Amino acid sequence: MIKSYKLRRGLANTLIYLILTVMSLIWIFPLVWLVLHSFRINPINPDIAPTINYHGIFPKFNELGLDNYISLFADTDYMVWFKNTFIVATVSCIISTLSVLMVAYTFSRLRFKARKPFINVGMIMGMFPGFMTTIALYHILDIIGLGRTLVGLILCYSGGAGLGYLVAKGFFDTIPRALDEAATIDGANKNQIFWKIILPMSKPIVIYTVLTSFIGPWCDFILVDILMGNQRELWTVSRGLRDWTNYQNMSNGTFRWFLSGSVIVAVPITALFLYMQKYYVEGVTAGGVKG
Amino acid sequence: MKYTEYMALSPMQRFWYNFKKFITSIPSGLGNFFAAIGRGILGFFKGIGKAAAEYAKGFVKGDIFTKISYLVMGCGNICRGQILKGLMFLAMEVGYIFFMVFFGADYIQMFITLHAVRGADVTKNLPGGKSYTVPGEIEVYSYQILLFGILALLVTVAFIAMYFVSVKSARKVDEMVKNGERVPKFRDELKDLLDSRFHATLLTTPIILIAVFVLLPLLFMIIMAFTGFSGAEKSYVDFGWVGFQNFAEIFKTSETGTSMGSTFAKITGWTLIWAVAATFSNYILGMVVALMINKKGIKLKKLWRTMFVMTIAVPQFVTLLLMAQILGPYDYSPMNVILSQLFGVAEPIDFLGSTVNNGLLPRIMVIVVNCWVGIPYTILMTSGILMNIPEDLYESARIDGAGPVKSFMKITLPYMLFVTTPYLITTFIGNVNNFNVIFLLTNGGPVNNLKYRKGMGHTDLLITLLYKLSINDKLYGLGAAIGIMVFLVCATLSLVTFNMTKSAKNEEEFS
Repeated sequence: MIKSYKLRRGLANTLIYLILTVMSLIWIFPLVWLVLHSFRINPINPDIAPTINYHGIFPKFNELGLDNYISLFADTDYMVWFKNTFIVATVSCIISTLSVLMVAYTFSRLRFKARKPFINVGMIMGMFPGFMTTIALYHILDIIGLGRTLVGLILCYSGGAGLGYLVAKGFFDTIPRALDEAATIDGANKNQIFWKIILPMSKPIVIYTVLTSFIGPWCDFILVDILMGNQRELWTVSRGLRDWTNYQNMSNGTFRWFLSGSVIVAVPITALFLYMQKYYVEGVTAGGVKG
Repeated sequence: MKYTEYMALSPMQRFWYNFKKFITSIPSGLGNFFAAIGRGILGFFKGIGKAAAEYAKGFVKGDIFTKISYLVMGCGNICRGQILKGLMFLAMEVGYIFFMVFFGADYIQMFITLHAVRGADVTKNLPGGKSYTVPGEIEVYSYQILLFGILALLVTVAFIAMYFVSVKSARKVDEMVKNGERVPKFRDELKDLLDSRFHATLLTTPIILIAVFVLLPLLFMIIMAFTGFSGAEKSYVDFGWVGFQNFAEIFKTSETGTSMGSTFAKITGWTLIWAVAATFSNYILGMVVALMINKKGIKLKKLWRTMFVMTIAVPQFVTLLLMAQILGPYDYSPMNVILSQLFGVAEPIDFLGSTVNNGLLPRIMVIVVNCWVGIPYTILMTSGILMNIPEDLYESARIDGAGPVKSFMKITLPYMLFVTTPYLITTFIGNVNNFNVIFLLTNGGPVNNLKYRKGMGHTDLLITLLYKLSINDKLYGLGAAIGIMVFLVCATLSLVTFNMTKSAKNEEEFS
C-alpha cells in the first residue's frame, strides 16, 4: 500500500498518460499509414500497388513522391466523381437542413391537432431499416424518369431528411419559451419568431445539421451503387473507392488510387469537421440527451 | 419493492431481480402497446363517427350553396367571396377526377390481381397453311401496377382528406355569413399561414417529400413482401399475390441445416449479440477514455481529444475500407507486417476470414474495429455530461474508501445510464441496422455454405442478409419480408425499453 496520497496520484496519472498514449497511437496509426502510403512510389513497376513489396511498416523517405496523385487525376474518372459528389452533397445538404429545421421547429413550438399522429407515424417509419426503401426508390425513379440521374440521387438523399428531426427538436426544446412570448407581445408573428429569434440562437444545431447532412451523401456509396449501377460517369467518389478495393487485395494496381483518392476525399471533411467541432458537440449534447 | 429493500440485496439477487423485472415487463409492455393500438383504433372510429355526424348535420343545416359544396367542392367559398380559395378546391376535384378516369382507376383495378397486362395474342402464319400463336408483348409490368396502384390509393386518401377540409371550410363560411361576421379574404388567409397556421407552411414541403421518398417506397416494400416479385425471368415482369408464403419461407427448416429457417435463426442470434456487444463496448470504453482525458491534473486535454476525433473527421467508409486492407490475410497486409516485424509472428493471420470456431475471430474483429470507429463518438457525446456530475459525489466516495473502479460503477455509470437512455436506444437500433461496418469489413464473410444458406457467412447481420437476398439473389419479396421482421425486432425492443425507462424514471429520480 502506497502511503503518500501525492505519490499515488502521480502514479495514477502516469498510468493514464501511458494508456492515452498507446490508445492515441492505435487510433492514429491507420490514418498515418494511409497518408504516408499514398505518397509512396514504386520505382520498379508503377502498375503494382506500392504497398506490396514492402520494406517496413512505413515507406522510407526516398520512396516518397507524388506519382499516385498524378496518376489519379491523369488515368481515372476521379475528377468527374469528385464533381458529382460535391454537387450531390451540397444540394442535398441544403434541402435536408431546411426540412430538418422546419420540421423540428414545428414539432417543438407549434401545437396543432395532427401533431401527435404525425410524430407517431414518423417514429414508426423510422424503425424500418432505411435500406429497405432503396430498391423501391430505384423503380420509382425509373418510372418518373429520374432513374440514373444526379437529380434523382439528390432527391433520394434529402427526401426523407425531415424524419431525422429529433436531435434538432431536442435543441429547440431547450430554448426558453418566454422568448417566443415576449416576441409575440411585441407583435412578431410565428414566421418572424422562427427566422429572426430561434434560428439565430441555434447556431450549434444549424451547424450540426449542416455537417451531418453534408457528410451523409459525401460518404454514402450503397445508394449510388443501387441507383447508378455500372454507369461510372455518374458515380460518386465513395462508390469509386469501393470499386478500387473490391478485390480485398492490395496487390492490384488500383489500390494506389484508393490511397491517394481517399486522402483527397477526406481532407475537406476533416478540415470542416475539426473547424466546426465545437458546434457539433454543443448541438449533439444539447439535442440528443435529456436529463 | 422499496429502494431500501433493493439496496439490501446481494449483487446476485439484484441481478436476478432486474432480470425478472425485464422479462416480466415484456408481456406488459406488449400489452400496453396493443392496448394503445386498440385505443388508437377506437379513437379513430369515434373521430370518424363524430365527423360523420357533423358532416350530416352541416348538410341539413347549411343553405343551398353549402349543400352544393358537398358535391362540387369550393362552391360555398366561391359564392361567398372567397373566389381564389374556392377555385383551388374546385381545381383539386377536377384534377382528381381526371387522374382517376385516365390513370388511377385502371391501376386500382389491375392492383387486384397484380398480374402483368399483355397485348392481344399474335397469330403468325407459316408457309404451308400452318399457324402458331405467341402471347402478346407485356404492356404494363407487374411492379408498375404495384407502384401506381399504391400511388393511386395514396392520392385517393389525400383527396378524401381534402374533400373533408373543403366541406368544413364551406360550412364555416356559411356560419360566418349567418352570424354576420366578415368573411376573411384570401390575403388574410395567406397571413394566417405565417402565424396561426404556420405549421402548415413549414410542414407541407417536408411531408410531400417524405410521402414520395419514404412512405411510398416503404408501402411498396411492405406490400412487396406479400408478392412473388423476384429476379427469376418470369416473375420479374409478371407476378401475383402469394400471401404469407415469404414469411413461411423465412421459418422453413430442413434437415441439412442450410435452409432459410436455420440461417435466419443463426443470423438473428448473431445480430442481437453484435448489437449488445457493439453498443455497450463503445459506450463503456468511450466513457472510461473520456473520464481519463477529463481527469483533474491530466495535461494536453485538447491534444488527446483531437487524436480521437480525427477518426470521426475522416469519412467512415474510408476508414472501414482501410481497416479491411490493414487486417488483410496476406503477409504484406499491414497488421501482419507489424506482427511479424515487432512480435515475430511467422504465419500471417487471416483476421477477417478465418472460419475456425464458427468464425469467432472475424466476429471479435468486427466488434473491435467497431470500437475503433465508435469510441470517439462516445467521447464527444459524453464529455460534456460527465463534467456535469457533481464533483463532491466522487469526493465523498473517495473519503468512504471507494476506488476508481467502484466509483465508476456506483456513481458514473448509473448517472450516465439515467441521462443517456434515449441515446442508447437509438444507438442500439442503429447497430442492429449497422450495414456499413459489416458490409465494408467482411461483407458478411467468412462465407460458410455448409452451415448457412448459400452465400451467407458468420458475420452477416439481418440487414446484410436483406441486402444479399435482394441484390445478389434478387428475391425481392423474401428480402422485404426480412425487412419487416427487422422492423418487428426493433419496434419490440424500443417499446419494451421505453416502457421500462419510463417506470424507472418515476421510481427513483436522479438529481
